[in-house]
Amino acid sequence: MEGDAELQDLYREVLLDYFRSTTRKGKVDPADLRAHGINPVCGDELEITAELKDGKVAKLRYAGHGCVISQASAAMMAEALEGTDIPKAKSLVAAFKKLMLENGDVAGLPPELEQLASLEGVRKFPLRVKCATLGWNTVMQGFEVKKS
Amino acid sequence: MSRFDAAKYRADFPILKRLVRGKPLAYLDNAATTQKPRVVIQSLVDFYEKHNANVHRGVHTLSEESTNMAELTRTKLAAFVGAPKPQTLIFTRNATESLNLIAHAWARKFLKAGDIVLSTEMEHHSNIVPWQLLAAERGIKLEFVPVNLDGTLNMEKAKELLAKGPKLFTFTALSNAIGTVNPVLELIKMGKAAGAVVSVDACQWAPHKPMDLKTWGADFVSFSAHKMLGPTGIGVLWGREELLEAMDPFLGGGDMISRVTLEKSTWNELPYKFEAGTPNFADQVAFGPALDYLSAVGLDNIAKHENALADKTRAILEAEGMTVLGPTDPAKRSGVVSFNVPGLHPHDVGTAFDLEGVAVRVGHHCCQPLMHLLQCGGTARASFYLYNDESDVEAFGRALKRTLEFFKVKPKAGVR
Repeated sequence: MEGDAELQDLYREVLLDYFRSTTRKGKVDPADLRAHGINPVCGDELEITAELKDGKVAKLRYAGHGCVISQASAAMMAEALEGTDIPKAKSLVAAFKKLMLENGDVAGLPPELEQLASLEGVRKFPLRVKCATLGWNTVMQGFEVKKS
Repeated sequence: MSRFDAAKYRADFPILKRLVRGKPLAYLDNAATTQKPRVVIQSLVDFYEKHNANVHRGVHTLSEESTNMAELTRTKLAAFVGAPKPQTLIFTRNATESLNLIAHAWARKFLKAGDIVLSTEMEHHSNIVPWQLLAAERGIKLEFVPVNLDGTLNMEKAKELLAKGPKLFTFTALSNAIGTVNPVLELIKMGKAAGAVVSVDACQWAPHKPMDLKTWGADFVSFSAHKMLGPTGIGVLWGREELLEAMDPFLGGGDMISRVTLEKSTWNELPYKFEAGTPNFADQVAFGPALDYLSAVGLDNIAKHENALADKTRAILEAEGMTVLGPTDPAKRSGVVSFNVPGLHPHDVGTAFDLEGVAVRVGHHCCQPLMHLLQCGGTARASFYLYNDESDVEAFGRALKRTLEFFKVKPKAGVR
């Protein structure tokens, strides 16, 4: 692996660890929040399910096949959002999307999203940004449905 | 290379000199679109600098020149594909529009609720969705010839389904996703014997294999200029003359009429009846030199050359234990190599290859039903053309090695 700085810049070690991790893979059943996301570029599907308790995200899981970037990003998201209250969770989604879509500053990321800095290399590959944001857009859809 | 001088052809394609992420470009995404030789690019420049004027309208010199130049392409194309008459070739925006034209102008007039449209599970979305839209609107029934696990059509089932008397049989000549070469002549014959109108999606066939529409005996054939060295924005629909005459127009407007009153209009003759509005005449002109180029190289030579490169690529993949999709029978293979790296998503493969300057297509290739059937969400696909050479296969090998090393892929040898 050493020596391939280009691939390493995109696929950082921490990202590959989250990709391989199964800690938050699966489904919450019964779920208070359920959302289905599709990446139109590749057709990958992701299902987000969550248990909401006392206004907080008690448990969040992601299911489906995907690339290293979309799976690792969903895993980090599940970790970051678990235990936060819903308004905070939404603000974290917004902060991550700002990092990816508006070239936000890594230093300005909220502490909960510290690990997500590992996705900054993805911004050099604009087509892959959709992979990184898939889980986040999906959970946001889930919150919107909950509200209405 | 022996007779086939890929290096000479390569020099005709300016884009092949560029670097991608610091590496020489190895362009292996030809099934999506091909690169353009200098003669095609130059013909666009010449046209706009010297001849540009709207076609079929003016009596001035430029209009006459541009009309003649645009129509010259139709004549060349008729010779290239063996069409009985140039006016049976209709220019559209792309092959998707050609297929939709059949659905709108033929099927909507001649099919009724309960009629069967037979397609296959191998189709591009463009040969599925127009029929689904029609099914929803008209209550026609849609059936599909199944695909075997080796990526070939199930011919027994095709016979059974044709025995149900479909009104239309529409299928791909060559799979864009996995490269299967279908038995086109046999399928056309079977469809005609069953009394169906037969439509062939020849998008991946026309750039790589000779066709003679007179001997094919189909009713409709669709393909696209940009996949055969031509400019984007030019699709082709060939139709049997009687069918085209019997059909109503597709779009209404200028150029497609013979006479218009406020009450009623009559239609222009073929092919203009189906070419409403100002056509894409500049690109139509530039398609001409693309056809000349292909004719000079020879489609048989091209197919032989790209099949050899594809075989070498398959050998590299199989030696590393990668999953290679598509037929095992070399006679049913083309210059398309569709593969998966075990445990790795095609998108990650595509990005790693890009860092090596190798352009491959990744994803479902607009064939989600086929991907579902072959139990993969998508594949990575390398597709070759006349200007590819050994250096591209070598770059592919380097990219694969780099991918396997970085992601620590340990495939089981001989996975297939």
